[in-house]
Order: sequence, then C-alpha cells, then structure tokens
Amino acid sequence: MEKVGSGYADYFALIFFILCGVVLVSSFKSLLILFLGIEIISIPLYILTGSDKKNLRSNEASLKYFLLGSFSTGILLMGIALMYGSLGTFSTTGVNFLPEGTKPSVLLVAGMLMLFFAMSFKVSAVPFHFWTPDVYDGAPTVFTSFMATIVKAAVFIAFIRLFDESFGAMQSQWQLMVAVIITATLLVGNITAVFQQSVKRMLAYSSISQAGFMLFAVFAMNTDAKEGLILYAAAYSLATIGIFAVLNKLSDYSFDGFNGLAKEQPLLAGTAVVFLLSLAGIPLTAGFLSKFYMLKAALATGKFMWLVIFAVLMAAVSVFYYFRVIQAMYFKEPQKPIQVSASASFKTGLVIVALLIIILGINPGLLIRWLYF
Amino acid sequence: MIPVLLIFIPLLAGVLTFFFRSEKAVRSWSLGISFVTMAVAVIGVTIFDEGSPLLTVNTPWLQTLGSSFFVRLDGLGKILTLLTAISFPVIFTSTWSTPYKRSNNFYALMLLGQAGLMGVFVAADALLFYFFWELALIPMYFIASIWGGEKRIRVTFKFFIYTFIGSVLMLIGILYLQSKTANHSFSIQAFNNLQLSLKEQSWLFWLFFIAFAIKMPIFPLHTWQPDTYEQSPTAATMVLSGVMVKMGLLGIIRWVMPVMPAAFHSWGDVAMSLSVIGIVYASLIAMRQDDLKRLIAFSSIAHIGLMNMALFSENISGVQGAILQMFNHGINIIGLWAIVEIIERKTGTRKMSELGGLAQKAPAMAVFFVVIALANIALPLTNSFPGEFLMFNSLLTAHTTRLYALLFTVFAGLGIILGAVYTLNMIRKTFYGETNTVTAGVTDLSLNEKIALSAVVILVIVIGVYPQLLLDITNNFSEMIANKDMFRKA
Repeated sequence: MEKVGSGYADYFALIFFILCGVVLVSSFKSLLILFLGIEIISIPLYILTGSDKKNLRSNEASLKYFLLGSFSTGILLMGIALMYGSLGTFSTTGVNFLPEGTKPSVLLVAGMLMLFFAMSFKVSAVPFHFWTPDVYDGAPTVFTSFMATIVKAAVFIAFIRLFDESFGAMQSQWQLMVAVIITATLLVGNITAVFQQSVKRMLAYSSISQAGFMLFAVFAMNTDAKEGLILYAAAYSLATIGIFAVLNKLSDYSFDGFNGLAKEQPLLAGTAVVFLLSLAGIPLTAGFLSKFYMLKAALATGKFMWLVIFAVLMAAVSVFYYFRVIQAMYFKEPQKPIQVSASASFKTGLVIVALLIIILGINPGLLIRWLYF
Repeated sequence: MIPVLLIFIPLLAGVLTFFFRSEKAVRSWSLGISFVTMAVAVIGVTIFDEGSPLLTVNTPWLQTLGSSFFVRLDGLGKILTLLTAISFPVIFTSTWSTPYKRSNNFYALMLLGQAGLMGVFVAADALLFYFFWELALIPMYFIASIWGGEKRIRVTFKFFIYTFIGSVLMLIGILYLQSKTANHSFSIQAFNNLQLSLKEQSWLFWLFFIAFAIKMPIFPLHTWQPDTYEQSPTAATMVLSGVMVKMGLLGIIRWVMPVMPAAFHSWGDVAMSLSVIGIVYASLIAMRQDDLKRLIAFSSIAHIGLMNMALFSENISGVQGAILQMFNHGINIIGLWAIVEIIERKTGTRKMSELGGLAQKAPAMAVFFVVIALANIALPLTNSFPGEFLMFNSLLTAHTTRLYALLFTVFAGLGIILGAVYTLNMIRKTFYGETNTVTAGVTDLSLNEKIALSAVVILVIVIGVYPQLLLDITNNFSEMIANKDMFRKA
C-alpha cells in the first residue's frame, strides 16, 4: 500500500468506513439501511479508486466509477421509493405479506426490477458490468483486491437477503430474468477474459464470470444455495486476494510478465497455482466445492437444465485463461530476468491463504457450520 | 485399510519428495516407495477375499453433501491397482538413467499421479471418484508440460481442456444421479439401486460416456492422444497409456453399466460403431507412421477400442476379456515405451527411417522388443491371446442383431491383422537390416533396463500360459456385472 502515495492514514480510515458499510448491508432489515450501507461502501471506494493521483488511468477509473455508481444508486433509491409507495413500509418482510393468489401491483414489480438492476450493477453482472474492467485495472492493486473480494461478497449477501426475504414469494416472476442475466454474465465474462493480454484485466473479467456463478445462489434460493454462497464468497475472496498479492509484486502485469516465475520464486508460483486452480474450480480446492454447491442448488430447482450445462462449459472456458498464467509461470522462459522481492512474512501470509483454500476444499463444514444466515 | 494405504503411501511420499535435494536420493526414495506400494497391493490382491473388512473403508466425509470417504477393492479394483502398483517400479527402473531437471519435482508429481490413479480405481463414492479423477490428471499435465518435447505446451493444454470438458459433463451426471437417490447419497450402491426412465438414462449415458470416451480415447474424441503421447516425456507417456486410459474403461464398467443399463443397451450399437471405426482408422494411420511413439500411440487407440467393444457386447466373456486385457495392455505398452525410450536415448531419434540393424548391436534389446511386440499382437502363449480370444468370443455373441455382430467382428478382426502388419514392419525397420551411422555406436541394455524388461516379459508369458490367475480374481465381479439381468432392466 505504501507504493500508492501519501495520505497513508486516510486509506485505513476509508477502509474502515467501508467495513462499517459491509456490516450494514449484510444485516439490514429495512430498505433504508440497505441504501445507507451501499452508499457508505461506495463513496470511500470512489476515493480509493482514484487514490493514485498522478496516474491518469486511476483518475479516469475513479470518475467513471463515480458517475456510473451514483446513477445506479439513484435507481436503487427510486426502487425503494416505489416499493414504499406500494407497500407503505421500508421493512424487508413487507412483500411477503402479499396475500396468496393476488398479483403484485405494477408499482411493486417496477420497484423490484429497479432494485434488481441496481444490485446487479454493484455485483457487476452483465449488462451492468461496463465499469468493472476499467475500475479494476485503473485502481491500485491493493484496492482492487479489496473491491473484488470483501465488498463484492457483502453485496452478494445483501442481494440474496433482499430477494429471499422480500421477494421470495414472487420467485416465479424473477427467476427467468436471473437465468438470463446469469447466461449473459457467464458468456461475456468468460469469453472476454480469454482475449485479454493483461493478467489484471483478465482477473477483472474473470470476476464478472465468477459473479455469474454466485448469481446461481439468487437463482436457486434454497439451503444449498445459501451455504454455497458463503463458501463461494470465502473461496473466491481468498483466491483473489492471493493472486492479486502475487500480481502486486510483479512489475509487468501482462501474461509474459509471469514467464519463468516458478524458477525465481518457487513459493510465490506454487501458491499462485493453488489460487488459480481454486478460481478455475479444480477439486481439492475450495473453489471446486463452492461451484459444486452452486450447481447442486441449481439442479435441485429442477428447472433450466440447459443453464447448468452452459455453466460448466463456461467453467471449462475459464480453465483456458487461468491456465495461461500457470503455463507462463512454469513452462516458459523469461525474456528478461524478473526481479521480485518478497519478505518472509509476505510468503507466510500466502502459504496460510493457500492452506486455507485447500482445507476448505477438503472440509467445507468448518466454515459452513460456523456461518449461516 | 489396504485401499487407504494404496492411496496415502504415494500421496504423502509424493508431497515429501518435493523437499528432497539430492538427485540420487530422490530416485532411490521414489523407487523404494513404489516397491512398498506394490507389496501392499500384492498382499491386498492375493491374501484377502472380496468382502474382507480390510478391503473396505467407509468413513464420514462431507456429510452435508451426502458423500463419504468410501473406498473398496473389488475384482476390477484389484486388477487395476495391481497394474498401477506394478507399473511404477517398472517405469522408475527402466527410466533410471534418464536425466530430469529438478528431478525432485518430477518424481513427486509422478507419485501424486499414482495416488490419484489408485484413488480412481478404488473409489466407491461418486464424488470421491471425481476428486481422484482430477487429482490423477493434474500431476500428469504438469509433468507433460514441464519435461515434454518442443510443442508440449500447446499439445498438453489441448489434452487438459479435452479431459476437463469431459469431467465437468460427468460432474453434472453425478449430481443428477445424486439428486435422484432416496437418501441423497453418492455411494455406488445407491446409484445401482436407481430406477430411471430410458430418457433420463440416455441423457446420463452421454454425459458419462463422453467423459470416458475422451479418456480412452474413442474415435472421434481421440485427437489429443497421439500428440500428447509423442510430446510427453516417456515416463509420463507410460503412465498415460499404460494406466490412465484404463480410467475410462473402469468408468464404463463401474459407473455406466450397472447404473444406466437400458441406455447402455440401446446406445450400444452407436458406441460399438464408433469403436470399430476407431480401430480400423487408427490401424491404417499407424501403418503410415514413421515415428515410433506415434505408431504405438495409434496402435493403443485400436486396442482400447476393442476393449470398449467387448464391454458393449454385454456378456460375461466380454467383461472378463476386457478386464484381463486392460491389465495386459498396460504391461505390454509400458514395455514397448521403455524400449522406445532406450532407443531414443541411445540414438537420439525415434524415426524408423533413420534406424535399422539394432539387433546386431543390441541383441538383448531385440529379444525383449520382439517378445513384447508379439504380445502386443496377441500371439498364442503371450498374455494378450486369452484376452483377445475372450473378447472376440463376446463380439460374435454380442447383444445386438446377428448381422451387426458379424460385421463388428470382421472389422475388429481386420484391425488385428493390420496390427500385425505394422508391428512386424516396425520390428523389421528398427531392428533388422543394415546398421547405419546413427545405429552403429549403440550399446546393449544396462542392468536396470534388463531387470525392468524381464519383469514385463515374465508377466507376458506367465499370464499367457496361465490367464486363470487373473481371471479368478475378477470372476465374481464380472458375473455380478453381467448377470442380475442388468442389461435389460428398463
């Protein structure tokens, strides 16, 4: 983080603000709290994205994120207002009071749609994903990893809570829409990631496709889905933090920048393999079991078999770009010697993260038994 | 207990091997471990009967998902673990003098691969089976990509993507089957008790069959195979072709035949047709090859195709013959690769057009090669003969229309004849004729190579003369698979 610039203390303050927002969005019972939480998360993030003040791309990313983000917040607010208009309450359990057999009013459906779009924007689902690659690429790597993991996981938990508690009774109305969004997200995320030249941008697109997988939890909305989402969020965050940490140590973010890393820094490369295998969903890593939970939850709904088959084919596509990094690290020779310095404590941290991924991959019960919602 | 040992001895030893420094120590240690594993496998196979409590382990694991750590050595598992356990010492001995950069990583990955293979062969829980299926693949992918030939990165990646697509399709099938079982379990018994409609079975059949067909490989999913065998270091090729392709056949026998019998029956003709096309096609291509490795790779496609056909002929001699032949093919092809590796190390080439007259310079190598090559074309008194005899017997009485059975037999027989043509041609071009500048300086086998190849030849002849040795092990298992009126259960 020191690399980013002056105002070192400010960053910590902003990060703590975000954590406060994270707590709010993952425990709200009222739509207003949800709105507050999302704003508390977003505003510090706009600043963090632009914290590399001398870097033009960082500035551009920040501005883009701010404009698009505030637009989506506006939609969120509008949705909440419509909901209030039709129900007369901000409580999240309001819609469930809808009597059996009655059709939800137009206002309510419109409100739900707006909430859905706003949340989709925050988790960067296609077609609301356009900010993601630029922001992830432009922001300093430390903040990218923070944004891609903790913030995203929190928003997902908010997403699933909102749709479970508030709109659970209307599932038939929105399930198809979620399925379409999942398809688009997986397709665009994976296919675009294949064509990236920079690992950082590739990770940005891959985070879009991972969001597609996490949306399966919203789609299926059963016990497996909720347990799976916890596991998925943990597995994805651990692996992403790890891989961004390794990336941060390199000077060249392109695929070629990884060439021959295994020879220079066998430990860094070894742990990076664990992170990538987990992201790709290879067994014995947490990433596999979390994808497994998602597929199982989706199959249990008994509908949309094609969606599941499509998802696993896309998982196979994702192997393609994750393995390009592994190929570069292990099978290719560096064009110029890479100078990477990593302290012992940094290495220990990486090993711990990698071990956690493997432990969760063998015994996910450890996590699922502790955390549930 | 025994199956757990078979998995965890190589697994833990493999992890430790990463930390070795001295090259000599790494080799001796890996060889020692492979002998220990072999001893355990031999004890497990010979002393205990099926159903002995020492051959089954079932402990809870991932209970929330309905999976458990359930491993078991049945007849099929016994034969294949035995094959795996015998292969690795032979591989390590015969490639003893091949140099590898960073040999500790190489041997570590080999041992991890062995652990994965053992796991696949003994797993009686579908999720566990899937875990090991991937665990076996990844070390082999790394070995082939790090120590392979020039085009290794692209070729092995193709191999990896192929198998990965197959395995995720299989994963969907496994999940679907699990959701249908009464107590949401992944165990093999629960799968066997399922009663599914023909439509469901057909879907599932293809999800599984594609995964296994890629692994075997069956035409038209075979395109990864010759390139991968050619580009991998020979030790990895031996594992891939000798042991790993059997994962596909095992998958058919254990996870397809009893679980979706109706679809197995109704799609049998399609699967057999694909196999028979593969046999003839691969044999024809093998005749035109100049590279020894590619030739053996294509001949392997033909042999595996025949085993697959025998399974789909749906009778006991087919199952028995195929299981016997799985073992024999593994032994023979490892012997062939070993000699190809020796030739390449001594002459620097694998091209038949550049070789010739090796028999004059290396008579012992010639004798070994001829015996193993003849075994590969199933001459009587070699191990493949009883296996192929059983399989052809099954093809003629196959569970399909009379005409098809006849046609399949004739074309498969054509494959055997072509096999004899290219194998004898290969012997002639490499070992006989005049020596040339490339082969003039060749020396004969060293002691370790002689030991490894003798082991192969002894197995070839012992099983050729007395195949009952192995058939007795699998008898109960094959009967169980073939009977129970499974093939027509709707």
